[in-house]
Amino acid sequence: MKERIKKVFKSSLGQLAIPLIAIALLIIFNLIRDPGFFVIGLTQNNDGNLVLQGNLISIINGASELAVLAMGMTLVTAACGGQDISVGAAAAIAGSVLVKVLKSGSGITGGRVLAAFLMACLVAMIFGSFNGTLVAIFKIQPMIATLILYTCGRSIAYWINGGATPTVSSPVITAIGSFIPGIPVPTPVLIVIAMTILFKLLFRFTSLELFTQSVGINGSAARLNGINTTFIKLLSFIILGVCVAVAGSIGVSRLGLINHETLLLDIEMDAILAVAIGGNSLGGGRFKLSGSIIGAYVIQMLTITLYAMKVSSTDVKAYKAIVIVILVVIGSPVFKEKFGKTVNRIRNNRNGLMEKGAEKA
Amino acid sequence: MEENCLLELRGIDKMFPGVMALNNVDFTLRKGEIHALMGENGAGKSTLIKILTGVYSMDAGTILVEGKNVHIGSPQDAQNNGISTVYQETTLCPNLTVAENMFIGREKSLLVKQKAYEKRAEEILESLQIPARARQQLGNCSLAVQQMVAIARAVDMQCKVLILDEPTSSLDDKEVNMLFKLMRDLKSRGVGIIFVTHFLEQVYEVSDRITVLRNGELVGEFLTEELPQVQLVAKMIGKELDELNNLSDTEERSAASGEVFYQAEGLSSSETLPFDFSIRKGEVNGFTGLLGSGRSESVRAIFGADKVGGGTVKIKGKNVKITKPVDAMKHGIGYLAEDRKRDGIIADLSVRENIIIAMQVMNGFFKPISRSESEAFADEYIKALNIKTASRETPVGALSGGNQQKVILARWLLTHPDYLILDEPTRGIDVGTKLEIQKLVLKLAEEDVSVTFISSEIEEMLRTCSRLIVMRDRHIVGELKGSDLNQAQVMKTIAGGES
Repeated sequence: MKERIKKVFKSSLGQLAIPLIAIALLIIFNLIRDPGFFVIGLTQNNDGNLVLQGNLISIINGASELAVLAMGMTLVTAACGGQDISVGAAAAIAGSVLVKVLKSGSGITGGRVLAAFLMACLVAMIFGSFNGTLVAIFKIQPMIATLILYTCGRSIAYWINGGATPTVSSPVITAIGSFIPGIPVPTPVLIVIAMTILFKLLFRFTSLELFTQSVGINGSAARLNGINTTFIKLLSFIILGVCVAVAGSIGVSRLGLINHETLLLDIEMDAILAVAIGGNSLGGGRFKLSGSIIGAYVIQMLTITLYAMKVSSTDVKAYKAIVIVILVVIGSPVFKEKFGKTVNRIRNNRNGLMEKGAEKA
Repeated sequence: MEENCLLELRGIDKMFPGVMALNNVDFTLRKGEIHALMGENGAGKSTLIKILTGVYSMDAGTILVEGKNVHIGSPQDAQNNGISTVYQETTLCPNLTVAENMFIGREKSLLVKQKAYEKRAEEILESLQIPARARQQLGNCSLAVQQMVAIARAVDMQCKVLILDEPTSSLDDKEVNMLFKLMRDLKSRGVGIIFVTHFLEQVYEVSDRITVLRNGELVGEFLTEELPQVQLVAKMIGKELDELNNLSDTEERSAASGEVFYQAEGLSSSETLPFDFSIRKGEVNGFTGLLGSGRSESVRAIFGADKVGGGTVKIKGKNVKITKPVDAMKHGIGYLAEDRKRDGIIADLSVRENIIIAMQVMNGFFKPISRSESEAFADEYIKALNIKTASRETPVGALSGGNQQKVILARWLLTHPDYLILDEPTRGIDVGTKLEIQKLVLKLAEEDVSVTFISSEIEEMLRTCSRLIVMRDRHIVGELKGSDLNQAQVMKTIAGGES
């Protein structure tokens, strides 16, 4: 039994150890700092709904866009051995398209919201396949390939709404950005859960996971086993496109407006970081989606903790960097090996002592 | 203790989790001696070498260099003690010049004395009679010359002990002879050489002594001239080789007379000239020729692995188009690639995933094999092919070469191919597994599967194939069958005599 638990821990939890420990430490740290930090309360909001409130809720809620993007980023990383740095800019495009369609007629109905979202998805997928084509067919390094959209994405977003930052106000949009009446959990959190389930279903009912990992680990062997490596890489970018559209739509709904300059600004770096903190190799290959999701929450919890400690928003980035350096060093193979050796030595010493003790007895 | 002892290993132990990789192993190397280290995969050869070169640390034992107790904790320590290694795949930089490669990483100062290096390199190359120029780009040299440059680099670093790990596995006969000449030259200068190889003939050609390991234990040290080849093999695998003899007795296999399964006319790819080829149901044939003769490129063209140029292909008499691997797979063709590491295994994936991957591709993207089903498949083939692995979830990269090869074989067998192409399935793997693979090929043929078998070892092909297609310089220069299937005739055809 013990062996079995060990095995499970080693195989699936091993990779998640670092992000889970990081979360645990952050929780403990916050509890010591302020025992009431994680108190969750049920309060009535402006619309008269009973909703959950508290720091924990705002952490989980605030990380939603990041978590969604991290999922797609994991897939791109695994298949292509590189990252997409244009997700923030692409989300601004998707958000602009969403608003454009929402504003194209009078009155915002549920049907129009759906149409707007599908349109945003389509556009994001097209930009995703642009990136994917550069990477999969022209074999350009992902970071260089996506640098193009990173550079011009927010300009394209600017054009879509003619340079304006239009606002959209509608109960449907508010519901997506904050709470659905009658449900105390923030809607973005529900969207993350839905996306996670969607990915799991995708892995369950297609060979996406196996093929993506094969392509990432050994593209040549994957090709000789009949896997269409170009298609798998392209697909990973298209799926990331969907994630971009979802994240962009959440961002727009939260604020009720599209600001092409600030929407999800700099989120690409956090998304890549979430993948790395989740124990996934940025060189591609084996991946764990749950790792990246937890990684996203680690980053958000860190940010909120720092804000709660009254660290000014300009300083937050520096403090964040310190914690992240520690996390990635601990997660590095070099550290793991050294650490493993030390643990073994201590264990052997202890066993040796115990044996000696037994002999004496 | 002998006078001219260069290197002594005494009572070396090395544990890996769950495996005793080396158990109380002794090894002695004398001055001016070529000493072959032999054993099957998993015998402990690599582990021993890695301990000697400071890659692994040993758990127990002592290492003496010229009688002095030394500690080797890192590759740097090994080098300081005069122990140099040239690995199977050379670890030099092909985009630098020969001279730069010989001196890279050895500059004491940041200033690179290019002229001085080139002069020194030229001297060494000349004294060792290596056919390369100092200013030539290394990547333009043949593999053999690259290997010799690696050796020259080691020699110049005042090495006393030179370890050659499978140096000949990608060389042709002429190149091997060049290498042997260099080895003998070094030997006469008093260098002790540890020679690891799978080619038995080469051991007998060049070595003075043989140390045999089996399952991490020392079997013994022998003078090469006193140990007949058959006995060496017996000591390596721990049993007599009756089976091997039995196999070679079945030489009079009649050429298969079933219907033609695959037929190509004027087939060409980006890597081959147009050629004709056909194979019948249940036939085993082979491509032979020197390295670079185009034998691998030809089978790659059949499988659609390279960009297809032209030609017509018929399978069971029907015209088909094969432009990429998946097309070939859909028509029942399987292909085990020559380079196992680069084109075969997916190292980080588990044994189970590696076994099912080809079948999964055939099933299609939207029909994933369920976990329980894939576990059943994996277990079935781990058992059937006797794959030695800790579990089916072990990453395949952690297995020994022979077992990795079996995993890839399992991958293709699982797809139940009508036609299986095996390019060098026995390269770099132990004698026992080689035999198992040869038997498997014959068994498949009995089950009406067509097999194309390529091997650098001609005896192996003679033992299994009923028809040999001989290639030279990218042309098919002959086809041998029946009574022509003997070593002399094959050699003659390859070399370009009357055929």
